[in-house]
Amino acid sequence: MPEPLEPVEEGRAIAATGAGGATDLAMEEGETLEKTPGGPKGTGPESKARSLWSDAWHDLRRNPIFIISGLIIVFLVIIAIWPSLIASGDPLDCDLSKAQEGSQPGHPFGFNGQGCDVYTRTVYGARASIQVGVFATLGVTLLGSVLGGLAGFFGGAWDGLLSRITDIFFAIPVILGGLVLLSVVSNNTVWPVIGFMVLLGWPQISRIARGSVITAKQNDYVQAARALGASNSRMLLRHITPNAVAPVIVVATIALGTYIALEATLSFLGVGLKPPTVSWGIDISSASPYVRNAPHMLLWPSGALAITVLAFIMLGDAVRDALDPKLR
Amino acid sequence: MRGATHAKWAALATAVALAATACGGGDDSGGGGGADGIVSSSWGDPQNPLEPANTNEVQGGKVLSMIFRGLKEYDPKTGEAKDMLAEKIETTDSINFTVTVKDGWTFSNGEKVTAQSFVDAWNYGAALKNNQKNAYFFGYIEGYDKVHPEKGEATADTLSGLKVTGPQTFTVKLTQKFSTFPDTLGYAAYAPLPKAFFDDHAGWLAKPVGNGPYVIDSYSKGSQMELKRWDDYPGDDKAQNGGITLKVYTDNNTAYTDLIAGNLDLVDDVPAAQLKNVSADLGDRYINTPAGIIQTLSFPFYDPAWNKPGQEKLRQGLSMAIDRDQITQTIFQKTRTPAVDWTSPVLGEEGGFKDICGDFCKYDAAEAKKLVAEGGGIPGGTMKISYNADTGSHKEWVDAVCNSINRALGNNTACVGNPIGTFADFRNQVTTQKFDGPFRAGWQMDYPLIQNFLQPLYYTNASSNDGKYSSEEFDKLVDQANAESDIPKAVGLFQQAEEVLRDDMGAIPLWYQNGSAGYSERVGNVTLNPFSVPVYNQITVK
Amino acid sequence: MGRYVIRRLLQMIPVFFGATLLIFLMVNVMGDPIAGLCGDRACDPATAAQLRKEFGLDKPVWQQYLTYMGNVFTGDFGTAFNGQPVTELMANAFPVTIRLTIVAILFEIVIGISLGVLTGLKRGRPVDTTVLLLTLVVLSVPTFVTALLAQLLLGVKWGWINPAVSPEANFDELIVPGLVLASVSLAYVTRLTRTSIAENKRADYVRTAVAKGLPRRRVISRHLLRNSLIPVVTFIGADIGALMGGAIVTERIFNIHGVGYQLYQGIVRQNTQTVVGFVTILVLIFLLANLLVDLLYAVLDPRIRYA
Repeated sequence: MPEPLEPVEEGRAIAATGAGGATDLAMEEGETLEKTPGGPKGTGPESKARSLWSDAWHDLRRNPIFIISGLIIVFLVIIAIWPSLIASGDPLDCDLSKAQEGSQPGHPFGFNGQGCDVYTRTVYGARASIQVGVFATLGVTLLGSVLGGLAGFFGGAWDGLLSRITDIFFAIPVILGGLVLLSVVSNNTVWPVIGFMVLLGWPQISRIARGSVITAKQNDYVQAARALGASNSRMLLRHITPNAVAPVIVVATIALGTYIALEATLSFLGVGLKPPTVSWGIDISSASPYVRNAPHMLLWPSGALAITVLAFIMLGDAVRDALDPKLR
Repeated sequence: MRGATHAKWAALATAVALAATACGGGDDSGGGGGADGIVSSSWGDPQNPLEPANTNEVQGGKVLSMIFRGLKEYDPKTGEAKDMLAEKIETTDSINFTVTVKDGWTFSNGEKVTAQSFVDAWNYGAALKNNQKNAYFFGYIEGYDKVHPEKGEATADTLSGLKVTGPQTFTVKLTQKFSTFPDTLGYAAYAPLPKAFFDDHAGWLAKPVGNGPYVIDSYSKGSQMELKRWDDYPGDDKAQNGGITLKVYTDNNTAYTDLIAGNLDLVDDVPAAQLKNVSADLGDRYINTPAGIIQTLSFPFYDPAWNKPGQEKLRQGLSMAIDRDQITQTIFQKTRTPAVDWTSPVLGEEGGFKDICGDFCKYDAAEAKKLVAEGGGIPGGTMKISYNADTGSHKEWVDAVCNSINRALGNNTACVGNPIGTFADFRNQVTTQKFDGPFRAGWQMDYPLIQNFLQPLYYTNASSNDGKYSSEEFDKLVDQANAESDIPKAVGLFQQAEEVLRDDMGAIPLWYQNGSAGYSERVGNVTLNPFSVPVYNQITVK
Repeated sequence: MGRYVIRRLLQMIPVFFGATLLIFLMVNVMGDPIAGLCGDRACDPATAAQLRKEFGLDKPVWQQYLTYMGNVFTGDFGTAFNGQPVTELMANAFPVTIRLTIVAILFEIVIGISLGVLTGLKRGRPVDTTVLLLTLVVLSVPTFVTALLAQLLLGVKWGWINPAVSPEANFDELIVPGLVLASVSLAYVTRLTRTSIAENKRADYVRTAVAKGLPRRRVISRHLLRNSLIPVVTFIGADIGALMGGAIVTERIFNIHGVGYQLYQGIVRQNTQTVVGFVTILVLIFLLANLLVDLLYAVLDPRIRYA
């Protein structure tokens, strides 16, 4: 059983080995949830979990921020799947003689440094960027919550070992890891970038999952279930997971946005996605040196990226507010 | 202006309660130098220790060009090798050379430059145990295989082909005929070295001492080097300014920005993205001169898929699918010149520069498509052009080349760029033959001879023949050319070899790289030599 | 307290070795660094072999690691390819980056916490919404875009600052780079403080303090802020390590010759000794900063006592 200091020690922020910390910072938002003490202010038994979720949904439905960000995300996902719905051109069709030209009929966003249509590329860029965000988040969340959850549930030596491994991965600066690992990859799909983010990103979720499982484990009803002889798997699935999952979801939603931004930074350093993949990160990084002459080349993909990141962070924010009983 | 800038910042600095002490110092840097005539110039951290035979890139080369003078010196304008410290270099058989070193030269520490200074330096450069990366320059000298064996331990400490015959004379014996050997002696690797280099090596490296027009005043590694004019310099190419301060920049774009902001006098590597701005930013304070650098695309002849009979048509077709004019204009703003052969315009016509590529280097989409089809099409349907993404502006042009090929062939996935994160990894994959498609190749000449553009790159198994091109006919013509002592005839034979290369399209010549530099209003008479290094000693300060 | 610190220090040992081993392996995956040393041509095989031997690259990886760690404990961090001892690089780079980090942290504390307190107290008011939106915008623009824009506008267009930082890297030159570096964290500090303040504002002890009739200023500074700062301090403490190792982009754009620049240079040149050496120190800083943060807890929250 954890000593009195344990929840604090582990509840401490786990942040941030990242460059400018974008990736890891998201978890801090979860911090406030995580340190919800199990005791006095603690929530009731199992029925409470259900009402937490339905309360949250009730709140969310009337939160304009949630509705707006949700609509933006739905729209983005649709064009990520069917970009040709709103863009008829080919993002790889580039005519150098039009390089850096501004807006003109049929090409509302103008052309980039290679003479490709910026509008078409911005639309098509959504797919890779959203793939990176969504799959990296899924991977991180799955790996992190399984490892962290098990560590929190079983405690002891298993916990000690996992916590040390988590520390090890945390200690490696993210951008540095990306430069080193991705510079040797010659595969030009989105998967190496996603794989790298999962590899260095899981400790973030793992710590949160561990913390919230430990908190949930101390609740009276879990103790009662154990006394009644419930099996480990039943306790984990029925009693602990529903109570521990909220902080993980919150952090994951916010982290999603930061992964999309991280991809752009990796591209700036020359180790992000590779052509013929079209992504906002690639376009932003290749446009950034030309910002003096042709700001439109930078403006549109950055704008699309910012709106996407913004939408996911706002969504995460709204979900957090809805799930946090203390802010009601 | 600087004063005003400081005042603003001082106010802000106080506002956020930062230590105001920091505001005192900063005026020593930048273009405000004034009366003493110091020129500040952009620099990159040299990759290797600053030993003459160990420096193979332009950043270290800048320093060596200021603090060393060799037997020969390449004319900054024509590239012609002229006697510097050499009184005379004589030979009767193109194998045995007698070198007489001019009297009256000293190192800046007062030590006399003698024949021994050269022989010691060359022996040091050739010896395997010293890890000198340019050791291969001494490869023609007899005894090199003993001091620098390909495998195992060295069996001798000194080159048997070098003998000191008097205080100012020494002889060189080569292993084969090499009529233009004296012309190679302007390369920095052949510079003389003072005793201090050997006696206190660490001390010398911390603050190198040479015999050139500048002396190193202070050197803080990784950030900057201050060089001062050496007033007692015995040569006739004395420095026209008080000194040079080389400042390390983390990024060439930042260096250019600093030049525009008036904090720097000279940038010798204008980033491609800024080329469009130079006339607005700098007016005529911008130079763009040919340098002995050619960019090509090499093919992986070691890969069976790329080494089938009849594929020369594929390679020629790809060459014709590249719109060199458009790319050099749009991407490089004419700081590259479309290539018409495999050498460089700096050689001049007598040196062997000639339009040999002809139509194969001219853009013709229809013909390109036809030739590629006749050559069996692109192996696998898609080819990747590999390049390193960390230096140079390679991404821009590789993408443009691919787009040009794709448009010509009417297939948007025929060609894609394949960025490799670091130069080291790129070279690693080149030398271990990992690439299954074309890859970028850049060649900067060691000395301005046509031989240097052909033999190391395309001769069977030559040291830099990374694509493993091989042609008996080409090899035969090069051998003949090397044995020919009549220079125009030798050049003619090299050009015949080049025609063989064209018919095989052993590599696609892309463009010749120019040296480009921008400078501030404070300085004048800025030029670049054929190695694209600024001619520092000629720069004047207003 | 003493026992707690000792336990934590002991836990650091496996983490330290694990992290250094991990980075060592990662850098090794990058392949043979010697190939990059000879420019656009192949090194002659004899020299390459000799160099590999000198840098110990001809040995198996585990042996390289053991040798390296052995040397590290005698204070020898190896030599960079340009012949400079890595300790010398560190002596030049760390002071610069520490100054940059101090500037960034100051921004986080001064601006981040003030905005956080302001918005936390005025939750839902226009000022809160505005600041909230601003922080979201900052979070959603990649740092390198912010940095390039700041350099272009402040450095070139308006001429307020020098676009490049001089080798001395004095505090005044680091203000803008520090702000850029801090921007993302600053947004987080603001949001974190806001949430925490808003939460604690309704806590019993605050109500009690108000009911006792304590002046508002005293309630905020003594009671509210002190308790609300715990998550913020945690964040800033952990951010120290992140800022020091994460300044690769900022340092490159503003020409700062610090840790991030050396790491970038080390990676580009595949210089194992430089990269591993710097990361070793960064890992130590990260671990110690985390320990310090935990000890600070006890100061901020008297309820916590470390056994």
